[in-house]
Amino acid sequence: MPQLFAMFAAYFAALNRDLLLVMRRKTEVLTALFFFVIVTTLLPLGIGPEPDLLRKIAPGAMWIAALLATLLGLQRLFAADHADGTLEQMALSPEPLSILVAGKITAHWLVCGLPLVLLAPVIGLQFDLPTDAIGILMLSLLIGTPLLSLIGAIGAALTLGARGSALLVSLLVLPLYVPTLIFGAGAVESYITGLGAAGHLSLLGALLVLAIAFSPWATTAALRISLE
Amino acid sequence: MLVASNLSCIRGTQTLFTDLSVQLNSGQWLYLQGENGAGKTSLLRILAGLTLPAAGSVTWHGAPISKQRSIYHTDMLYLGHHASLKEDLTLTENLRSLMAMDGLTVSDAAIQDALTRMGLARRQHLPARVLSAGQKRRGLLARLLLRAAKLWILDEPFNALDTNAITNLQESLRTHLHHGGMIILTSHQTPDLGAGATGFVLNLSGSR
Amino acid sequence: MINWFKFSAPSTFYPLAGKLVPVFWLLAAIFGAIGLYIGFFVAPTDAQQGEGYRIIFIHVPASWMSMFIYCVMAFWSLLGLTFGTRLSGMMTTALAPTGALFAFLSLWTGALWGKPMWGTWWVWDARLTSELILFFLYLGYMALHAAIDDPRRADRAGAVLSLVGVVNVPIIYFSVKWWNTLHQGASVSLTKSASMASTMLWGMLIMALAFWAYTLAVALMRARAIMLEREANTEWVKHLPDIRRAA
Repeated sequence: MPQLFAMFAAYFAALNRDLLLVMRRKTEVLTALFFFVIVTTLLPLGIGPEPDLLRKIAPGAMWIAALLATLLGLQRLFAADHADGTLEQMALSPEPLSILVAGKITAHWLVCGLPLVLLAPVIGLQFDLPTDAIGILMLSLLIGTPLLSLIGAIGAALTLGARGSALLVSLLVLPLYVPTLIFGAGAVESYITGLGAAGHLSLLGALLVLAIAFSPWATTAALRISLE
Repeated sequence: MLVASNLSCIRGTQTLFTDLSVQLNSGQWLYLQGENGAGKTSLLRILAGLTLPAAGSVTWHGAPISKQRSIYHTDMLYLGHHASLKEDLTLTENLRSLMAMDGLTVSDAAIQDALTRMGLARRQHLPARVLSAGQKRRGLLARLLLRAAKLWILDEPFNALDTNAITNLQESLRTHLHHGGMIILTSHQTPDLGAGATGFVLNLSGSR
Repeated sequence: MINWFKFSAPSTFYPLAGKLVPVFWLLAAIFGAIGLYIGFFVAPTDAQQGEGYRIIFIHVPASWMSMFIYCVMAFWSLLGLTFGTRLSGMMTTALAPTGALFAFLSLWTGALWGKPMWGTWWVWDARLTSELILFFLYLGYMALHAAIDDPRRADRAGAVLSLVGVVNVPIIYFSVKWWNTLHQGASVSLTKSASMASTMLWGMLIMALAFWAYTLAVALMRARAIMLEREANTEWVKHLPDIRRAA
């Protein structure tokens, strides 16, 4: 029991630390958020303002913007800690590294994922989505964005210290984002067409459970290799 | 007790050392010598469990360190040549978060005390980015006082320290040995670890 | 019981692989000749698709191999991460380009077949789309491996990536299939469009064997080259007969 408690304490320690660091450098969060807004704003400018068309592409467009916005934060997930040596100290903690990694991933989601969920209604209105579809979109992003952080963390850990890691992360991670994108954007689309979103959302949920079980472990293995 | 047997280390295509065996008992120190690139840091990282050796094994109290990470990492403290501090956090915040991620809670008074002993009492609330290299180093070394680790693995601990701080650190090292601790370190200058403690000098330059 | 670990030592594997390479080249040539003969001369002309369908004797085996090679890479990776054998990483690295080649071949022949069949080079068919993603996974593996300087680290990082990939490949396939049915894309599936005659199945199987033998021959050659490069300073390389002859 006390061991479990210590593990939770370590998890929250890593989470708190990363949140505190973000509070000291707020611009970094705002950059990802601003990116999300600007990409979704540029899209109608490139495609044309017909409400029917916009309504049709809205789920896919917002999901792709969310993928890219998450990627932006990923490169910094471990790189700064790697450069200043604090990651090394984490790897030498008596607590499992995967617990600390889970804390860091949670922080990444709170900073890069959750704001997108909260911002989605505003963008949804720009795309003329009906209110109930916006609800489904928010729900799909709420389940899907943690998944993006979890999968992305593996890529960020693998490319740590590699040449050209910023671009490499995208190459490794984007193909793995395919199922999340399909089920996430598909949920909204099939809701609009009247098929119901339950199937998509529950599959997305199943993927999330799988990723929670698997990703911190794979990320930890990748980090230990990168630290060598 | 720390036992390393038949270690070898390969970096790229270069073999840094082969068949290296070391044993360290309670109250003993090991001082690594060698020119740049001889593999001092590599050996320290292998002994700390950060790098896997190309061959050989490292055991702590008879069991391989990779099989008992939690126990070994409780007993061992490794300070590398990185600052290991977040530039945006104060020294107190840095130490508190490092301790918390080690699963240990520590009172603010204890942190303040450790920083005071390192001569940083007046710097504890400044973000690490405004401190000098020597002050950062001392801030990190405060971890030695906070963590009750038995084995200290220190990579160039005297770097960037002034004479006063060096004397201070050597005093801490001697006290640690006196209480039955173990120290493995690299340094450009031969450290004075006291006549009472036994230890070895390992020269790593002969392998090539 | 054979001691498999003995064979996994590069010094034993290198000469063994050297002996096997010509054998697999020969097998590849024989199976390739038989397979192509069946494909071009034995298999009947398709009633609907004419002669153009014959490209499936390349397309289908290439798709099979591209998936099979990824699984083999994952297998070697698992072996390498658990036992720390040097050979595993070398084999994974040696297999990746061939896997990517087959994925590319599958996409290319798919497009060549799609043009006369559907009147378009590309359809968002579930199989083609997942094949494309698989191709990206291969590229990702090779890019990661090339971006890490230390070969041992590159091997281990690549191993983690290919294991993550192999878990994801079926998930990606089913998600793309699900997406495909929702959007009612191409309903004609590449392999099931023609009722599969047994001669066609045999032709494809024999072509798959030819590709398999080719893969082994090329991968072993590549692995041998990687071994020499990485272990250039070791004793066993210095005592190799072919090295001494060159000196």
